[in-house]
Amino acid sequence: MNSTMVDPAQRSGKFAAFHIDLPLLLGLLALLTFGLVILYSATGQSEAMMKAQVIRLGVALAVMVGVAQLDPQTIRRWAIALFSVGLLMLVAVLLFGYVGKGAQRWLDLGFMKFQPSEIMKLAVPMAVAWFIASHNLPPRLWHLFIGFMMCAIPTLLIAKQPDLGTSLLIAMSGVFVLFMAGMSWRLISFIAVLVSAFAPVMWYFLMHDYQRQRVLTFLNPETDPLGSGYHIIQSKIAIGSGGVNGKGWLQGTQSQLEFLPERHTDFIFSVLSEEFGLIGVIFLLAIYLFIIGRGLIIASKAQDNFSKLVAASFTLTFFVYVFVNIGMVSGLLPVVGVPLPLVSYGGTSMVTLMAAFGVLMSVSTHKRMLANV
Amino acid sequence: MLKKRVAMQDIAAETRLFNSRAAIAMLIVCCLFSVILVNMYNLQVRSYQDYQIRSEGNRIKVLPLAPNRGLISDRNGILLAENRPVFSLELVPEQIDDIDATLARLAALIEISEEQQQDFLQQVRQQRRFNSIALKERLDEQEVAIISVNLHRFPGVTVEARLSRHYPFGDLFTHALGYIGKINTNDLQRLEEQGVLANYAASREIGKLGLERYYEEQLHGTMGFQEVEVNNRGRIIRVLRSVPARSGKNIRLSLDVGLQLTAQQTLNENRGAIVAMDPRDGAVLAFYSNPSYDPNLFVHGISSTAYNALLHSPDRPLINRATQGIYPPASTIKPHLALLALETDTVQPDTKIWDPGFFTLPNSDHRFRDWKRGGHGWVDVYSAVAQSCDIYFYDLGIKLGIDRISDYMRQFGFGERTGIDIHEEASANMPSRGWKRARFNQPWYPGDTVPLSIGQSFWTATPLQLAVSTAVIVNKGMMPTPHMAAELHSADSNELVDPGLRPGVNVIDERNWDIIADTMVRTVVTGTARNAFSNTTYTSGGKTGTAQIVAIAQDAKYDADALDERLRDNAMFIGYAPAVNPTVVFAVAVENTGGGSSVGAPVGRQFLDYYFSAGVNSNE
Repeated sequence: MNSTMVDPAQRSGKFAAFHIDLPLLLGLLALLTFGLVILYSATGQSEAMMKAQVIRLGVALAVMVGVAQLDPQTIRRWAIALFSVGLLMLVAVLLFGYVGKGAQRWLDLGFMKFQPSEIMKLAVPMAVAWFIASHNLPPRLWHLFIGFMMCAIPTLLIAKQPDLGTSLLIAMSGVFVLFMAGMSWRLISFIAVLVSAFAPVMWYFLMHDYQRQRVLTFLNPETDPLGSGYHIIQSKIAIGSGGVNGKGWLQGTQSQLEFLPERHTDFIFSVLSEEFGLIGVIFLLAIYLFIIGRGLIIASKAQDNFSKLVAASFTLTFFVYVFVNIGMVSGLLPVVGVPLPLVSYGGTSMVTLMAAFGVLMSVSTHKRMLANV
Repeated sequence: MLKKRVAMQDIAAETRLFNSRAAIAMLIVCCLFSVILVNMYNLQVRSYQDYQIRSEGNRIKVLPLAPNRGLISDRNGILLAENRPVFSLELVPEQIDDIDATLARLAALIEISEEQQQDFLQQVRQQRRFNSIALKERLDEQEVAIISVNLHRFPGVTVEARLSRHYPFGDLFTHALGYIGKINTNDLQRLEEQGVLANYAASREIGKLGLERYYEEQLHGTMGFQEVEVNNRGRIIRVLRSVPARSGKNIRLSLDVGLQLTAQQTLNENRGAIVAMDPRDGAVLAFYSNPSYDPNLFVHGISSTAYNALLHSPDRPLINRATQGIYPPASTIKPHLALLALETDTVQPDTKIWDPGFFTLPNSDHRFRDWKRGGHGWVDVYSAVAQSCDIYFYDLGIKLGIDRISDYMRQFGFGERTGIDIHEEASANMPSRGWKRARFNQPWYPGDTVPLSIGQSFWTATPLQLAVSTAVIVNKGMMPTPHMAAELHSADSNELVDPGLRPGVNVIDERNWDIIADTMVRTVVTGTARNAFSNTTYTSGGKTGTAQIVAIAQDAKYDADALDERLRDNAMFIGYAPAVNPTVVFAVAVENTGGGSSVGAPVGRQFLDYYFSAGVNSNE
């Protein structure tokens, strides 16, 4: 390839030497900073929680930088291994996992509790991309079939924990790889028809009562204003009462007086909407859009198919997290328990996400060297 | 084969494919972000008002503040119904580390029953931990003192004061004041019908009887409220706005404590009632029914034992004898009948009738007897009233006929409620042909008119009606509406209660009023009340009455001692004073004690003596 090609990473000079994609980094830092501002309000100005979150952020950033140092080819070689280890751990969780909050999601490693599904968030798209990229694009039908199977097995294992939300997101991250690889539109339409036919089967045979209840509540929250509809009603009140300008930082009555449930985790977007109004919402969406746009640009500029597919899948999965969380707290989607990425209070998922961004940075900053080979 | 295909990889085509897919993905991302934005626009701009209101509704709660009930005083400002602080021992569970230990330590200081402790612990489980919960209510002074000095040792324990109704004179004013009690479902329904239920959000009690009930609207006052910000658990974060409650109006009555006490003392152990009023405006000066009871028992909820004792007492203390006591008026209505006779020219002032001691109807040998054996001889209207000659009025009654008597006596207020400012009032009965037909399905016989002419048989009246009818006489036909409230006053208004006088009895010859007044003065000077009213320092008029409870057999002598106490005669007395320009009229009823002149008149005398010596109404 052409070594004179001007690349953003190249322009970034010093950052490129550390394998840091500057635009992506700036976007992420803007998001994390804004996130901390909201979190301070959403935790009821808890300094202890702020401290914990900042430490987590530091760890996550370190993981990101660390992953960014790896060459995409190294990552490609490890993909299938990571996927296999993840599968084994999922089986282990089902056999002797730690039960918490009514679901069996954790594996006790002695020094820490660990959700293998977090590994799979990275491993599934990486493994599928590895497999698909080892053949020409667009993939042939039986390649697609194998790719689907690679998504389906971990999805079903996680769905059995039960963690329907995560399993669907993981399935989606794998499917994104297939879509980006150029799966034909006819097949996409066929699968869409198949999925809609499968929906009733899922409703009656696969979903748990609490999951069905969530969907019902989503369809009409006002039928049960003090029960399961309470969360979504209070969230919509918080969002709506924010108006255009918001009630002001730390001034949100819904969040500060704790009418808003889960205000620092799943419903943190409602805190933002209440206190910063539509203006704050647009600001946040702009940051997200910038990060997603940057991710897709990195993907399209990557020089091998594996890198392209993984980068695009991670980016789109990140978008799905954003969309599902905002959609759920504003009443567009049922409540599925997905945090707002990089803003909600919480640990593992943040590290996983930042690892994914580390992969993106790796893809963004290693290609010139690859091109020179 | 596979290797060959890899070698044939068309990088440019693959890049194009991927880039087109990336572009489509970005387009979908933008579309879905637009969906979010449209949804946000709907929530935050289009439905902003709606969610704004719901958000305020979440955080702002309105706490009602009960108004202080208006006070009631007598004509001289002596408090008859007041609001006293009562103290309760309250605990805030949140502020107490070990509730059981605290209870044990408190129980060591003052008496706290096992039941109170259990009730308290149940409340602790049911209520929010920051709410104050009562452990013991209505502490006595000593308990308040003991707790107060030890309060520093008990964080989270407080002595709370709230106002409670108290009637310092106990049973003296019960039938006038009534009492307040806990609001029950009937009260709630009534308040809702009146559209004032909202004003009672913070009130626990309501007027149940007497003036407390009649003037409920004025005494209650207007509720205030506090707008507070609360969190999702209902804890008050701060007070946003406060509108104080407006106290109810204070009521000054025309009743006089001294007169009430005199009434109570003169009636003593006897069942009966005394009502006195100023004939010029209907202001009630005394209103007492004996026996009475302590209204304070009802304020905090009376025990069923105590209530049953009152309800089933043979003396019927719950009955308000002044307005619900239905007595045959007996001879007290003779002046009224005499006026009718003069007005209708049935008799002239100098017409004399021979009283042989009995009266017979034509074609009948039934003897209607005079109270005086052997009769009064020749009697005119003056002596007939003063000596209370029955034969004279039997004769009058027959000549007047039931229709004229019934119509005319209604103009004196008989058979009608007087409209006094309490709800517990009976209309008693002024009989007529129509009434008897409706009641017994029988025609009216002349034999019914004869006892009616001396205020017996079907004719009944309340002591208050008798007092009003006396006022009509001294007012020369004008009838007052009796009222116990004289003045309603609040911080910014003062309202005098004066329903005024209304036409009662119209006469053709005004001089007949003087004749009637003269017969009543003669009653106390030379007539049946002369013994009771000898040597008074004031002038007065009156009329005695003795109501038979049992019919006496022909030719039998009434023997009081031989009769069961409850079958003995009722003593009745009406009077006014001074004789010229009277300032007080009154009626006395004493049950089962004897005659109007031996019992009724002396009660009236004692009552008037106090009235003049204390100068009750002299300032007016």
